[in-house]
Amino acid sequence: MIEVTSDAIDAETLKGTLANAGAGGFCSFEGWVRNENEGRTVERLEYEAYEPLVITEGNRVLAEARQRFPYLEAKCVHRTGLLEIGEMAVWVGVASPHRDEAFKACRYIIDELKVRLPIWKKEHYVDGDSGWVNCERCADHGRH
Amino acid sequence: MSATAKTITVRYFAMFREHAGLGEETLSLNVTTAKDVFEQTRLRHGSKEPNGHCKVAINDEMADWSSPVNDGDTVLLFPPVAGG
Repeated sequence: MIEVTSDAIDAETLKGTLANAGAGGFCSFEGWVRNENEGRTVERLEYEAYEPLVITEGNRVLAEARQRFPYLEAKCVHRTGLLEIGEMAVWVGVASPHRDEAFKACRYIIDELKVRLPIWKKEHYVDGDSGWVNCERCADHGRH
Repeated sequence: MSATAKTITVRYFAMFREHAGLGEETLSLNVTTAKDVFEQTRLRHGSKEPNGHCKVAINDEMADWSSPVNDGDTVLLFPPVAGG
């Protein structure tokens, strides 16, 4: 299950929702807002998402992960709106019978989410400038 | 390219919305594929972004650039994504 929210992510509460008596391992990934990107000092980030397709495509990713690395429970939550340095932008949690599936499924989910979901990130820099990540630069340089 | 104009609603996101200055518009376009919609709206709004890293959806379903577009379709143009 995947969710999009404009509210702060509460990792402990989310972790609790994945409790399963058959789970012997739990793995989570948290993506945090960093103060630097490619040499520029970032003041805050702004996330935009197209929720209907984030849900559809995100649930497809979770299903793929379950097929490859059978897990018991998994959840992902992604923030939208303005985020300050240190805030959590994304949370992925996986509970499985053994640790191997939990680690691998968690890694698969975050890797696929980053490249497949219609979510965009705008960096606001301390110098007042701003830019969409992966956009202007690849247009300017003719490459990704 | 078809000689018959189709009525297509185009939705722009993130950088594309900023380039276009609007989030959505309904246009009469001579188009066959999603790629045609991308190229024609790109020219219309002076966007420099190539489609290589972009994605497209038609009527809320992820699509390919070669997917056909039909009269009345809504085409969603997604600039390079950057979640996480």
